[in-house]
Amino acid sequence: MSSFIESTIRGFARAFSNSLLAEAAASRPGLLQQLDPRVRLAGIMVLVISTVVCRQIAVIAVLFLLAAGMATASGLPVMLLAKRVWAVILGFTGLIALPALFLTPGDPLLTIPARHLAISSQGLRAAALLVLRVETAATLTTTLVLCTPWTHLLKALRSLHLPAELVVMLAMTHRYVFLLIGTANQMFESRQSRSVGVLSGAEQRKMAARTAGVLLSKSVEMSHEVYLAMLSRGFRGDIHLWTDFRMRVRDYLGLTAFIFAGLVAVWIGR
Amino acid sequence: MHIPDGYLSPSTCATLYALAAAGWYSALGQIKRRLATRTIPLISVFAAFSFVVMMFNVPLPGGTTGHAVGVAVAAIVLGPWGSMLSISIALAIQALFFGDGGITTLGANCFNMAIVGSFVAYGVYCVIGRGTDLRSRRRVLAAAAAGYVAINASAFVTALEFGIQPALFHDPSGSPLYAPYPLRVAIPAMMIGHLAVAGLAEGVISAGMVSYLQRADLMLLRGVENPARESETALPPANRQSPRRLWWVVASLMLLTPLGILAAGSAWGEWSSNELASRQTRAHIESASGNQAAPASAPAGLQRLSNVWTAPFPRYAPKFIKNPAFGYLLSAMFAVGFLGLASLLTGFAGRRRWTIGERS
Repeated sequence: MSSFIESTIRGFARAFSNSLLAEAAASRPGLLQQLDPRVRLAGIMVLVISTVVCRQIAVIAVLFLLAAGMATASGLPVMLLAKRVWAVILGFTGLIALPALFLTPGDPLLTIPARHLAISSQGLRAAALLVLRVETAATLTTTLVLCTPWTHLLKALRSLHLPAELVVMLAMTHRYVFLLIGTANQMFESRQSRSVGVLSGAEQRKMAARTAGVLLSKSVEMSHEVYLAMLSRGFRGDIHLWTDFRMRVRDYLGLTAFIFAGLVAVWIGR
Repeated sequence: MHIPDGYLSPSTCATLYALAAAGWYSALGQIKRRLATRTIPLISVFAAFSFVVMMFNVPLPGGTTGHAVGVAVAAIVLGPWGSMLSISIALAIQALFFGDGGITTLGANCFNMAIVGSFVAYGVYCVIGRGTDLRSRRRVLAAAAAGYVAINASAFVTALEFGIQPALFHDPSGSPLYAPYPLRVAIPAMMIGHLAVAGLAEGVISAGMVSYLQRADLMLLRGVENPARESETALPPANRQSPRRLWWVVASLMLLTPLGILAAGSAWGEWSSNELASRQTRAHIESASGNQAAPASAPAGLQRLSNVWTAPFPRYAPKFIKNPAFGYLLSAMFAVGFLGLASLLTGFAGRRRWTIGERS
């Protein structure tokens, strides 16, 4: 049948599956889960920035091992990371970086005589640096996302002095994303169950656009209802967020360790 | 087009974060002033909608599929400021909760897709659909063009960001430290895919949605929820800032213009052909250019083109003025008066012609 319907439904299912996986991982006991969410967020951000700032492959490789070790100690299976993060990035960024081996001018390292192509040492270093840096940053952010419930992540964002309106909008958007994914999923499934034969390209495009249009109308209608519900509960435009996080000794130690690791990496890898 | 962490240098990320933050701040101010307490639910739900639309596989001519961003529809329904916010929030959710796009590059992604995309889409839609009926076919074409051009404009800006990396950030051996391709490779590599697939996906979904809304929910195209369509003059006079303060600032700056005389010599790269011919000025040019030797005489092309147009106020001092400070002041007064007149004429023409969305 219509492959685009099926691939869209698969995409929706993947989003639900990722969300459930994150919830399950976040509730497991582990290294990161024991730390205050603000420390987790700030610490991982420090390490991501250090990874981006570092210019030495060896230092970024150490950061990668640190990220992988932290993920494992937080209860994330290595196979999951390998399948969902490392292989995907190697496929995507690796493909992007591959021509850099030949296109970057520099000292020839290996020549392919039949094609008059030469791999330059500068190109090899550029490609390795890019792939390793992207792998490390993605491992760190995936570990953060999978080990922190989104409500905690939002509260942690607020503690970083993000405007309250933005934090509330992020929270509401996250909530309605899943509601709208569910709605869109039902629309696609019902359409697929009523379809016989193969839809032409034009019919498929019309269907996709109409579904998006219906979803838009529903979304705007829902925003009115949400607004009225907020008013009926006393919303007058002022936002108050409740944060009940408390820093303990281990949180301070964790934050110090993150900052120390980040600074050392930047210092050695500059 | 979601740039992951590691492709852009820290300074590029910081610059684009600053630009995006300025956009978010302005957008939040604009939207809150117009929608007040309705801002949060409307933008949040719309951001969720944008997120879900980004997950749609859009079938394209030729049998392939592509993902749309939904920026054109967001700009048409919410206006550019609302679109900028909702797309930015959708991108932030993707980066923070789903790991799609980087954290350090979130500013860049928001700048490229939410800010550039929203304004380009809104501009193209307004220009093509100007003065037409809400149900006209031209609106559908305008939406298709808005989506196609916006995505390609975003891709072009992204390619520029990638393309400047190897020139600006490389190690002593010449090895690029971030995105490795120069502009001549980055631009075609980004643009071919977007001109052929992603732009089409955005165009198809935008046109299809506008066509659907024309039949099913015209209110959304009329801009009822669209804060940017509300005229500035609809605000009560108390909310409008007085231009008097601005005029005082302009007058003060005009009085300060003679300070320009204190700067010795010409600005780097703004030398005239006479200056290039003078031995004394060439010595200054060489010392200001890191002791690079200046050409022995002005290039032929420069000499030829320098005679094409003679400015009425050369060097900010008309020939009949003997006092250079007065010349600077007179030039400033002339420029401010000329720009003020041009602004008045543009505003007058805009009020008469910018009637989009009024004829349904």
